[in-house]
Amino acid sequence: MYELKKLSRVYPKGRGKVAALSGVDLEIPDGEFITVQGLTGHGKTTFLLMLGALDKPTSGKIIFDGKDLGAMPESQLVDVRAQNFGFIFQNYNLLPTLNAEENVEAALVPLGIPTAERRARSIAALTEVGLGDRVGHFPSEMSGGEQQRVAIARALVKEPKVILADEPTGNLDEVTSLEIVALMEKLWKQRGMTLVLVTHDTKVARRAPRTAVITKGKLTMRDNRAPKVITQGPPGAAKPAGAPKPA
Amino acid sequence: MYFRYLGRELRRRARSAALVAIGLALGVGLVITVTSYAAGVKAAQGQVLSSLYGVGTDLTVTKAATAGPGGGFRFSGTPSSSAQAGQSFAQDHLTSAAGLTTISASDVTSISKLKGVAGATGALALNSVHITGTFTGGFGPGASASAKATPTPTPTPTATATASASPSASSSGFGISTFSVDGIDPTEPGLGLLSGPNIASGASVVGEWFTDVQSSNASDQTLALVSSAYAKQNSLKAGSTVTISSTSFTVLGVVSVTETDGADIYISLSEAQSLTGDTGDVNTIYVTADTSNGISTVQTEIQKALPSVTVTSASDEASNISGSLSTASNLANSLGLGLSIAVLAAAFVLAVLLTIASVTRRVREFGTLKAIGWHSRRIVGQVMGETLVQGIIGGAVGIGLGVIGAFAVTKISGPLTATVGATGLGSSAPSGFGGGGGFGGGGGGFFGGASPGAFSSARSGFARTFAASNHSVTLHMTAPLSLEVFGVAAGLAIVGAIIAGAIGGWRAARLQPAVALRRVE
Ligand SMILES: Nc1ncnc2c1ncn2[C@@H]1O[C@H](COP(=O)(O)OP(=O)(O)O)[C@@H](O)[C@H]1O
Ligand SMILES: [Mg+2]
Repeated sequence: MYELKKLSRVYPKGRGKVAALSGVDLEIPDGEFITVQGLTGHGKTTFLLMLGALDKPTSGKIIFDGKDLGAMPESQLVDVRAQNFGFIFQNYNLLPTLNAEENVEAALVPLGIPTAERRARSIAALTEVGLGDRVGHFPSEMSGGEQQRVAIARALVKEPKVILADEPTGNLDEVTSLEIVALMEKLWKQRGMTLVLVTHDTKVARRAPRTAVITKGKLTMRDNRAPKVITQGPPGAAKPAGAPKPA
Repeated sequence: MYFRYLGRELRRRARSAALVAIGLALGVGLVITVTSYAAGVKAAQGQVLSSLYGVGTDLTVTKAATAGPGGGFRFSGTPSSSAQAGQSFAQDHLTSAAGLTTISASDVTSISKLKGVAGATGALALNSVHITGTFTGGFGPGASASAKATPTPTPTPTATATASASPSASSSGFGISTFSVDGIDPTEPGLGLLSGPNIASGASVVGEWFTDVQSSNASDQTLALVSSAYAKQNSLKAGSTVTISSTSFTVLGVVSVTETDGADIYISLSEAQSLTGDTGDVNTIYVTADTSNGISTVQTEIQKALPSVTVTSASDEASNISGSLSTASNLANSLGLGLSIAVLAAAFVLAVLLTIASVTRRVREFGTLKAIGWHSRRIVGQVMGETLVQGIIGGAVGIGLGVIGAFAVTKISGPLTATVGATGLGSSAPSGFGGGGGFGGGGGGFFGGASPGAFSSARSGFARTFAASNHSVTLHMTAPLSLEVFGVAAGLAIVGAIIAGAIGGWRAARLQPAVALRRVE
């Protein structure tokens, strides 16, 4: 589980500074599905990088399973990432020279798993995301949706505690987006891991019990299961989301 | 996974990988070509030196003839009175080889005791001139010339005398034969002219000669060895008799030495000394050093101990070699080396730049790998593996290029010639002898010894090569290839590749995954 305490991340910008995240206090219990919403440039990716130990806070703390990620050296963080976090990116980030199976396998390489087992697990993961017949295909031979499925298989093949997805459907059409989100939800339900999903789409955001709304680096939590209270945070953040609801 | 990833990556950017490999291959090929060429040139130089200098001798100690006694001999064909006209005469002159004066045999002992000296042996290099003829009289115009030459103790200007004498005097009736004689110390068979490595043929008869001459048997003292060339010329064989200064020697056998300046006849040192009356003297000392590194130290030591002598080493001789061999040597050493270093350096730079370019292009890829838990060292290993493969391919192709290059270079350069110049080597013949035809004169001295200084660093062996002022040798160029050179050259390519990989890998390792992942291409 995560504990975020007064977490801030300040980037230098020109002569000044920009607080991509400021004073975030949050707890995410194990196995929760959280969506993250916010306008472009308001700090969603920064938030996810913090959760994935890919970036360190400027101040405050991020504690994962009792470990202070901000205080750990990179060499140890690599291992934490290898074992616990599965990433899914907007632009898939598959390695272009490796085929689907090899891309998935790459996530098992740092764990010291023997080759045969790595292959078997990779093929099983690909089968789970519906690509059992595409294991030998290269990214360039697959559609965006298929590539994102490979990325999902890569994220889940090591059975991480947390899956972090940064706008995974941002480059996909509506139908494919729904399929991908449905797939992730299904896997979350089956496996009981923590799932943090950044999305622009309020419909998608509302599928999670809670949504973290980030506005100019400030985070507020919205409870999607309390229909009466639509907006909790600053008005700007949830404005478009309210529209279809009253019907 | 490692090799699959590596191979795919190289295939993806095959062109840049090929460029790096070709660059390294060119560098390696050039290094191999130049090195083998230089080795060939060095071998050729060694061949020239050993033919001029003799194998197994590191240093030669001589003493240049100075004006005055010992610097040659004087001869006059002028009869003491005109009454002698028509009479025949025969004269034998046995002298120290041109330009050399004697050194006390005790110096041999003192040299052999110097630190770093493995051994030293003294030899007496002599020239015998045998003249027969009939006085023909007619001392008119020639007489003044001969008169001028004859009484001069050191007839430096004999050339003039001879030249002026020849046309005026009647030129009939002179027969001259010359040959060279070396007095060899029989107690040191392992050193000097007749030492094992210097013998091209006749080793067993040389061994026999050393044993016989060392014995106390009186008749064995007058045993001689003759060179194969001299034997052929004079139809000599084992058992023949040769006469040196009225003393008869029995030919024990025929020998040929590597050194071009071997003598015609070899006799024992003591015999040679008694023939010339130089008892207890030698005129050439052959010195072998303990180690090749110690040669120059020994050279200095000898010079210090015996300030008046000239100590010559093989490397002194090397600096006197000119001709296409010398050009080739300079080419291989300066231009070739510079060129191959430049090409290798360019290949290194190319490898580094292209590796950095590849890493920069793959920032997002490496960021992703870090995000999924790849350690920096694994990524560095991947990058270094990629460049290493390019280095190995470059090295292998480079060895092929080097072999072709070495072959081509021997074909293009063709046979080389080496010329040992007159500079200080004493190869220029004494002036009086230069125009051999001049002896027909009714008189006139010849062979008036060396003009002072002309043989300042003369060596007995070489000084005997009267024929020409320059000595040329034609050699067939080889470019020997060795596994060692292949190893070193290919190693350079691999080292270059590793350097490129390390630089590229370092950049990849330094990458912040967050920055990499934010990047949208
Ligand atoms: N490496 C960086 N250097 C400087 N500013 C940055 C850097 N990364 C992000 N930012 C800034 O931080 C803010 C938050 O960015 P980000 O978390 O990517 O927003 P989002 O994902 O919500 O679009 C932006 O204003 C962005 O310009
Ligand atoms: Mg973002």
